[in-house]
Amino acid sequence: MKKLMLGNEAFARGLYEAGCRVVSSYPGTPSTEITEEAAKYDEIYAEWAPNEKVAMETALGASVAGARSFCGMKHVGLNVAADPLYTAAYTGVNAGMIIAVADDQGMHSSQNEQDSRHHAIASKVPMLEPSDSGECKEFVKKAFELSEEFDTPFIIRMSTRVAHSQSSVEMLDREEPELKEYTKNPQKYVMMPAYAKGRHVFVEERTKKLTEYAEVCPFNRTEISETAEFGVITNGAAYQYVKEALGDKASVLKLGMVNPLPVKLIQDFAKRYEKIYVIEELDGIIEQHCRNIGANNVQGKEIFGYIGELPQSVIAEKLLGIKKEYAQLDENIPIRPPVMCAGCPHRGLFYCLKKLGVTVSGDIGCYTLGAAAPLNAIDTTICMGASISALHGFNKARGNESEHKTVAVIGDSTFMHSGMTGLVNIAYNNSNSTVIILDNSITGMTGHQQNPTTGKNLRGDPAAAVNLEELCRAIGIKRVRVTDPYHLAETEQAIKEELAADEASVIISRRPCALLKYVKHNPPFRVDTDKCVGCKACMKLGCPAISIHGKKAVIDHTQCVGCGICKEQCKFGAIE
Amino acid sequence: METKSIMIVGVGGQGSLLASRLLGNVLLAQGYDVKVSEVHGMSQRGGSVVTYVKYGDKVYSPVVEKGEADAVISFELLEAARCLPYLKKGGKLITSTQQIDPMPVITGAAEYPENLVEKLRNAGADVTAVDALSLAEQAGTAKASNVVLMGVLAARMDYPDELWQKALEQCVPPKFLELNKKAFELGKNA
Repeated sequence: MKKLMLGNEAFARGLYEAGCRVVSSYPGTPSTEITEEAAKYDEIYAEWAPNEKVAMETALGASVAGARSFCGMKHVGLNVAADPLYTAAYTGVNAGMIIAVADDQGMHSSQNEQDSRHHAIASKVPMLEPSDSGECKEFVKKAFELSEEFDTPFIIRMSTRVAHSQSSVEMLDREEPELKEYTKNPQKYVMMPAYAKGRHVFVEERTKKLTEYAEVCPFNRTEISETAEFGVITNGAAYQYVKEALGDKASVLKLGMVNPLPVKLIQDFAKRYEKIYVIEELDGIIEQHCRNIGANNVQGKEIFGYIGELPQSVIAEKLLGIKKEYAQLDENIPIRPPVMCAGCPHRGLFYCLKKLGVTVSGDIGCYTLGAAAPLNAIDTTICMGASISALHGFNKARGNESEHKTVAVIGDSTFMHSGMTGLVNIAYNNSNSTVIILDNSITGMTGHQQNPTTGKNLRGDPAAAVNLEELCRAIGIKRVRVTDPYHLAETEQAIKEELAADEASVIISRRPCALLKYVKHNPPFRVDTDKCVGCKACMKLGCPAISIHGKKAVIDHTQCVGCGICKEQCKFGAIE
Repeated sequence: METKSIMIVGVGGQGSLLASRLLGNVLLAQGYDVKVSEVHGMSQRGGSVVTYVKYGDKVYSPVVEKGEADAVISFELLEAARCLPYLKKGGKLITSTQQIDPMPVITGAAEYPENLVEKLRNAGADVTAVDALSLAEQAGTAKASNVVLMGVLAARMDYPDELWQKALEQCVPPKFLELNKKAFELGKNA
C-alpha cells in the first residue's frame, strides 16, 4: 500500500519495518516527528529523554544489549550528544544503531546553520543522506544491516525539506529480528586507554572498508544524460533541486552515502566532463574531497556559497542564466513575524521584565520570541541551557552592578535539558544570580512534547514528575518562589524582591501553555469604547488579539482566551 | 504531465497543513506523483505559513519559487498579496477576504494595505475572493475556513467529488467530519 508520508514519518516506518525496539530522543525541529511517529507502533519502546546525550547513551546501551535502536535530534542536539558519539564510534554496536540528525538549511527554526557532516567525519561514523520520503525508509532499513555488518552506529542526515516534505511511500511488514546475544566484552565496550587503543585501530580499518563499500553502495548513483554538457555531484535535498532545474542538461552523481565518500566513483565521473559542479548545501565537504582525490575540474562554493538552501531557481540562474518572471504589488506589505500566542503565559513575565528595565539572559524555546517587538525583552540567546550559565558569567564579570538588574529566563524543558547544571554552578560558585524558570508544563516550540516535569511520558501515560521547587532547593538555592504570570503586579513584585536579595534565587513563573487542550479558557474580553481613551497601554503587551481601530482598542474575540493581563494593565477599566 | 505547483498560504493556526494534506491525498488518489512541503516550528506561532503541493508524472523539488505557482490559495488577504510573486503568469489566486493584522500593524509601525483584491486584479492575477470565514461560521466553526477554500479549489479542479470526500475522511477527525463536509460544500458552491 502506498501512502503520502512526511520524511520523518517514513523514517519511523523504516524503524518499524526493520524491527527497531528501542527509541530515545530529545525533540528538536525538524527531527521531532520521527520519534512521535515511532511511538505510535506498539512494537517499539519510545521515549523522550531529558537531552540528546542521554538519548544517545540510552540507544547505545540498547544496542549493546542486543536490540536495534535509534535516537533522533536536530543538528545542534548532536553537539550535546557529541561526547557519546565520538566513543560509540570506538565501541561499535551489538545490534544495529541509527542516529538521525536533522540539519536546518535556511534556519527555518534554529539558532545556527551548522553542517552536521563535520561530526560524521570527525567522529569517523558513517553517514547516509536521503533525498525524499521513500529513501528515508529505504536508507533506515539498509543502515541497520550495515550497522551490524560494519560494527558501527550509522548517522542518517535529514534536512528540513526532506523531513517536512511528504511523498509517497510503499509500506511493508515488520521484520522481527531476535534480540542479539549479549556477551561481556570489555575490550570492545570498556573504553579505557588500554582497550580504546585497540579499538582505534579497528576504527581506522573500518573506515577503509566503508570507503570501499562507498564505491558500490547502491545509494551512490550515477544518472547519465546523453545530452549533458556537464556533470553535477550532489546530495540530499539539493539532488531534487538539481533534477528540477537542470533535467537532461546535466549528468548527475547522487551521493546517498556522504561519509566516507567514494574515491574511484567520483574520479571516474569527473573524467566524463570538462566541467563538474558540486551542488551541496552549506559547507563544501564533497567539493574539498574531490580536490583531495585529484578531481580538480570541480566548481562549487565559489558559485553557490555557504549560506541557506539551494533551490531550483538558484541553480537555474547560476548555471543556465534563466530567471523566472513574476508580478508584484507596488505596495509595502508589512512582515508577519511569529509572535507569542494570545494568552501565552510568557507575555506577562516579559512585560514586567521590560517595564523594570532588566537585562535578560535568554534561552531556546517559544519564549525566545520575547526578544521581538514590542517587548524587546531579551539580551542574549545562544544555545540550550546557556541562559543560566551565561548569567552567572555576566554577574561574575560585573559583580554587584549587574547582580541586581540581570536575570536568566529558561523554559521547563530546557531547564531539565541542560539548565540545571548551570544552576548547580550558581549555587556551588556562589553568584548572586536570579533565575526565572518559565514553567508552562510542556515543551512548547517543537509542538507540545511531554518532559520530565509534566508528569506524563511520550505516550501520555502517567510518569514521575520532577518537582522544580524541591530540585532547586536541593541544588542549594534557598530563595525559591512560585508566581503566576497572569498576575502582573505579583510577578513584578517577585522580580523586584529577588533582584534586591543578596543571594541567589529562583522564580518559577508557572502557568500552563494556553494551547494545551486541558487548559480551560475564560470568555473573551471586550473593550468598552466609552471608557477607552486610546492610551495604548494595552498595546505594550504585544498581544495579537488586541489592535487599535479608530483610536480605540479592539479585542479580536476569536483569538482572545481571557487571560486578563490587558484588563489588569488598563487604568481606565475599559476592558471587561 | 508536466509538474503543477500549488501554494497554500496563511497565518499560523489557520490550518494550512490540513488543507495541503487534503489536496495531496486527492492528487495521490488521482494517480499523480505528489510532494507536499511544510515548515514546522517557529513560523507556526502566528507568523506567515507557507505550504507547497506539487504533482505530475515525476516531481523532484518539493519547493515552489517565485513565478512557479499555477495556483495560490490564501487564507488571509495580506498573505495573498505577499505571495503574488510566486504566481505564474496567468495563474489562479484564490483568497479569503479575511484580514488578520500582523504585529507591525498592531503596534502601529505599519499599516494594513487597503483594497488588496482590486490591486491584485490590477496586477494581472486571476483572483477569486471568497468570504471563507463567514461560510465556515455558517458550517459551524470559524476554524473550517481552510476546508471552505479547498471546496472553492475543488470546484475549479476536475477531480471526482468522491476523491475529495474520501480525502476528508482520511484527514479530518471523525467528530469534525460532518462539519467539514458542510464547509467543503459551501466552498464548492461559493
